[in-house]
Amino acid sequence: MKPAAEVTNVLMVGVGGQGIILTSSILAAVAAESGLVIKKSEVHGMAQRGGAVSSHIRFGQKVYSPLIPAGEADILFGSELLETCRWLPYLKEGGKIIASLQKIDPPSVFRGEKPYPEGLVEKLKAKDPQLIAIDALKEAVGLGDARVAGIVLLGSLSKILDFNLQLWLDKVKEMVPKKAVEINLKAFQRGRELAGP
Amino acid sequence: MRKLLSGNEAVARGAWEAGVEVATAYPGTPSTEIVQALAGYPEVNAQWSVNEKVALEVASGAGYAGARSLCAMKHVGLNVASDPLFTLSYTGIQGGLVVVTADDPNLYSSQNEQDNRHYARAAKLPMLEPSDSDEARRFSKTAFALSEKYDCPVLLRLTTRISHGESLTELEERKMGPVLKKFDRNPSKYVMLPGYARPRHPLVEERMNRLKEFAETFPENRIEMGDKKIGIVSSGVAYQYGREAFPDASFLKLGMVWPLPEKLVKKFAGQVEKLFVVEELDPFLEDNLRMMGLDPVGKEVFPLCGELSPELVKQGVSGKGSVREINFDQAIPQRPPILCPGCPHRGVFHILKKLKVFTCGDIGCYTLAAQPPLNALHTCLCMGAGIGQSFGMEKALGKDARVVAVIGDSTFYHSGITALADIVYNRGKGTVLILDNLTTAMTGRQGHPGSGLDIYGQPSPVVELEKLVLGLGVKRVTVVNPYDLPLLEKVIQEEMEADEPSVIIARSACVLIPQFKGVRKKPVRVDREKCDGCKICLQLMCPALTWEAKTEPGKKRKGYARIDPLQCTGCEICLQVCNEAAICREDQ
Ligand code: SF4
Ligand code: SF4
Repeated sequence: MKPAAEVTNVLMVGVGGQGIILTSSILAAVAAESGLVIKKSEVHGMAQRGGAVSSHIRFGQKVYSPLIPAGEADILFGSELLETCRWLPYLKEGGKIIASLQKIDPPSVFRGEKPYPEGLVEKLKAKDPQLIAIDALKEAVGLGDARVAGIVLLGSLSKILDFNLQLWLDKVKEMVPKKAVEINLKAFQRGRELAGP
Repeated sequence: MRKLLSGNEAVARGAWEAGVEVATAYPGTPSTEIVQALAGYPEVNAQWSVNEKVALEVASGAGYAGARSLCAMKHVGLNVASDPLFTLSYTGIQGGLVVVTADDPNLYSSQNEQDNRHYARAAKLPMLEPSDSDEARRFSKTAFALSEKYDCPVLLRLTTRISHGESLTELEERKMGPVLKKFDRNPSKYVMLPGYARPRHPLVEERMNRLKEFAETFPENRIEMGDKKIGIVSSGVAYQYGREAFPDASFLKLGMVWPLPEKLVKKFAGQVEKLFVVEELDPFLEDNLRMMGLDPVGKEVFPLCGELSPELVKQGVSGKGSVREINFDQAIPQRPPILCPGCPHRGVFHILKKLKVFTCGDIGCYTLAAQPPLNALHTCLCMGAGIGQSFGMEKALGKDARVVAVIGDSTFYHSGITALADIVYNRGKGTVLILDNLTTAMTGRQGHPGSGLDIYGQPSPVVELEKLVLGLGVKRVTVVNPYDLPLLEKVIQEEMEADEPSVIIARSACVLIPQFKGVRKKPVRVDREKCDGCKICLQLMCPALTWEAKTEPGKKRKGYARIDPLQCTGCEICLQVCNEAAICREDQ
């Protein structure tokens, strides 16, 4: 973590419907509850029809701009591989990446005009040798619900951010759908394990 | 107590704290959540209005009767509501009236990038502009107080980054204003006959002078003195970008962007070495500073178009090319929004494309049909414009011109009705397709007069589309199932050939609303033996329908279509498009 006076920038990206809005809200709530000033910004609108989604989350003692300046994201958190790579220019030198290996074909790919790009994980690794790349969808399906993939990733994120674990668990409980609290907590735990010690 | 709220939620909270009783809106990104949030407060009577003009009229009626009311809209919505707005400036109100306009720099979900600060000046009304959620809440409250003190509507301007940005917000209790609810029978104030309106105008001018005085001491217009080398005049989210880029510079932070505090501005200008105006879109503040005789640096170094950012501010002020070029990898394919799997609009555009007609379009999810490979919608101007424009084309090109108008249900109620009356009255012969998916899909599925649901999700009386259209004098009205492609094609052909105006209502629920349950069917599948890899079905741009490249010895095809059973709704549009009968129902 950084000295208290600095701002931490987390950029969360994915595809509409993947739950980026939920994961970013949980992170924002955790940061706020920890007593930090927080700003979060995303663009709604056409996202629900399968477009790209990005959410900027910034926290620290003082935060002005709601947008992360290009090249200053401390953490890039991506729930879809190609989207994670798209936003790579936002990551600062030495920034960390948490990426799901899930691939969702964009229209030009699923219609057979272009291949899904190759070598994306390598590209990510070149920027962050300690890259946390996990098959979040597979993990989620293994737990019994594909929809918790984002929470698996969030669990991994919790390992590299310096917030109280109980706070994370409380916010996950509070903010996921009531009927799915148990499985989400499991998913969160699984994400923590996958992020390594 | 502090809570993380979006700017929109914070405006709603502030209005609630100020004792707002009536809230109206037509949904529009990025403003939709304001009145949606107000509907969640039991003390507030909220509604979706048919359009922004009516929304403002309802809110102002409540204001005339002494209730505090709020009306919210996106920037272009204020164009629609501007007619009542300009004269409300003359009549004033009794109960406070706050008009929220949410501008959309960078056009995340809009057809233009207009800067609604100009409306404040043109309509001679005060305008507040918050720069984070807590200011949004506070300014919303202040706006009600100002509205009552100065007897006029108050404009509250947001932009996408404020509306949809979240930050910590204080929460306070609700306090009702002192206003009494009653009829105010005062024709010289509320009946804007020329003879009554004429003497109101000087009162408006005099009010603006008083507001100018107020602006000088308004605590939300403040000088934040820092390093005197750089002085920045700014407001809204642009202020935050300025602060981010130059945390130690001097700022004149304007909470009220109209009218401007001339003395304060000049005082600030006199204290700093170099004066900058940092604002998004138009040089609104800049031009006004020039009229004060000042010579700030503004749009010569900052862009006129699109959003600002801390980097752009830094570059403009420092005069150096310090913006870090964002080199997005060109090899990474774009991911544009597209129509949902099973969307009832898809087949209509497939047929329109097949018939090679010119389609005057409108605003909604279906505007996406303009993109390749559908390429089946050829205009989109503003809410409801397609009907009138198709009539104009008919006039220009003759009645045999193959042109149709396509409009969504919500958009038709918003602004299509009058245009259709115009066609009937003026002996037009056009065909109007109303794509009725029973909701306002684009903005997140809000109710409208034909949907049978109000803002609370409760059953509401229905303004029936067929009867409405018949009542307008259209004799040829056909309702079709938009998934039945042969029928659609036949009906569109016939109606285009008819020698009188016609309306085709293509009705089926948006796949994202509960009524779609009865429409959803088992997914279809591709018979790999029959699929010859022609890719015709892929022109439909259905996310469930994908291509699998595969060459096999002895086969000409280079691959085949594949259907994702998890996404497919079984709408069978692709099945009807395939010439090889390679797409079949599960049971076949
Ligand atoms: S939200 Fe509804 S109307 Fe819009 S694309 Fe999806 S199905 Fe079609
Ligand atoms: S039937 Fe065809 S067009 Fe309809 S949702 Fe399924 S794959 Fe898409």
